[in-house]
Amino acid sequence: MLTQYLNQLVGLFSGDFGYSLASGQSVWDRISGVAGSTVALAGAAFITAVLIAVSLVGAATLTRSTVIRRVLVNVPPLFAAIPAFWLGLVLLDLLSIRWGVMSLFPDGSFLSLAVPVLVLATVVSAPLAQVLLKSINHVYDQPFIDVLRAKGASRSWIFFRHALKNAAGPALTIMGITVGTLFAGSVITETVFARSGLGSVVLTAVTTQDVPLVQGLVLLTASIFVVVNLAVDLLYPLLDPRILTSSRDGAPRALAA
Amino acid sequence: MPTTNNLPPPVLTADPGPGRNGGPGLGAAVPETAPVPSARRRRGPLRSPSLWLTAAPLTVVAAWALAPDLFTSFSPLDGVPGDNFRAPDADHIFGTDHLGRDVFTRVVFGTRQTLLTAGLAVLIGLVVGTLVGIIAATAGRAADTTAMRLVDVLLAVPGFLISLVIVTAFSPGPISLGVGIGIASVASFARVVRSEVLRVRNLDFIEASFLNGGTFWSVITRHLLPNASGPVLALLAVDLGAAILAISGLGFLGFGAPPPTPEWGLLIAEGRQYLGTAWWLTTLPGLVIVLTVLLLATLGRQLLKTFRI
Repeated sequence: MLTQYLNQLVGLFSGDFGYSLASGQSVWDRISGVAGSTVALAGAAFITAVLIAVSLVGAATLTRSTVIRRVLVNVPPLFAAIPAFWLGLVLLDLLSIRWGVMSLFPDGSFLSLAVPVLVLATVVSAPLAQVLLKSINHVYDQPFIDVLRAKGASRSWIFFRHALKNAAGPALTIMGITVGTLFAGSVITETVFARSGLGSVVLTAVTTQDVPLVQGLVLLTASIFVVVNLAVDLLYPLLDPRILTSSRDGAPRALAA
Repeated sequence: MPTTNNLPPPVLTADPGPGRNGGPGLGAAVPETAPVPSARRRRGPLRSPSLWLTAAPLTVVAAWALAPDLFTSFSPLDGVPGDNFRAPDADHIFGTDHLGRDVFTRVVFGTRQTLLTAGLAVLIGLVVGTLVGIIAATAGRAADTTAMRLVDVLLAVPGFLISLVIVTAFSPGPISLGVGIGIASVASFARVVRSEVLRVRNLDFIEASFLNGGTFWSVITRHLLPNASGPVLALLAVDLGAAILAISGLGFLGFGAPPPTPEWGLLIAEGRQYLGTAWWLTTLPGLVIVLTVLLLATLGRQLLKTFRI
């Protein structure tokens, strides 16, 4: 028993996750066969989410109208409350059934890729935008912004060149955490849009209680999650060199937001 | 939410406390939090009109879960086959589904299933998280380190995966779903409770109550927890919203209650097959989810603002 366990543990490091109970395929083959499309979906969605978050926060900060600002500030909490599968279904209903601009099943056209990406990005962008908004507000309270204004820097210059860079720290941390959301979201989005990918594998694995397959999926995703978060932590000093020098005095100011 | 006005003024239940979500067995840690804060503190939040505006619709949703029969005259399970696929009108405000069942009725009756599962999840998170937090904050450095490293392990695995593992390990169903989501939310509760207890613990009046002869547990339950409850309440509201989202998502995938039961996520999954013919089957229940989660998140933010000045 113990030997079996140890053998399996050693096997894990060489990529041997055992065999799926339902199909008899090796877990590694089963996962790597479909992971590509999920990674493409998640990656595209992640980039879109960052763009959405930055432009939302940018628009909310740069607009001169308080009404627009107030509306924009309330968009991220709304995004956070939308279930991804519902948004996907509503868009599918509108775009492919009502207006007929998109096929119901993935056919490789631009829209059939863009819409799932957009759905996933909407959900993922919510926490990003919320955190970014908070830390941007914190940055704008600091005196150096007043100095920049006094020197005659334009509003967009201040935002993109100075505020955004200083506020990016907490948002970067959240980006690491969104990897989990991305995985959960892509499982659901793939189901809604009938795309092949990890989503369908997860679905069948859980309903047939295929333990080795779920185990492999969880191990793989959790390791990706941990590695990404480690990378984020290591990237921090590049973004804000103060961390290396001020680590003795506690958290740097950007983190206090 | 059109039924808001049909309801008698929600005097008792609208207190933004936690008692609303879980039905019967909210554990021992919870009831302490609502009545105990001092008179001056309690008057503050209850007078805020925006808090009432958020709490009132949520009370309606809670009432849907407690007494669904009051809000609708149709049956959630038996339909009128001749009346199927009716678009929303005055009779069926959310329309009817493929078996002629009133969709609004099914949403109202589904509230119980969804809220019970979400309540179970939040209850597990709250009770286990509070215990871990108290132990970490009071039982010395070794316990603190151990508990917080365990919490770090939980945080290192995305919540969705934890729920997935639990649902696979036991068979898919509402209880394993609630447990799974609950375990995933333990970490955040433990961290908040720990930091709040640490903050309150060093205040003078805690020392004074020990000098007055209070025992460890009496001081914790009578003085420490009530004063540490504000942020925990806020987290409770937000977490309930997150749990509802997660449950409807996993319910949509089919990991929750089995089909004839009305449940929010399942309703949308059923409506999916008739996407082309009956848009209301997916759109309107989804709107209810969005509104509920949005209101819970707003409530959480408002509570945080009220308590943490």
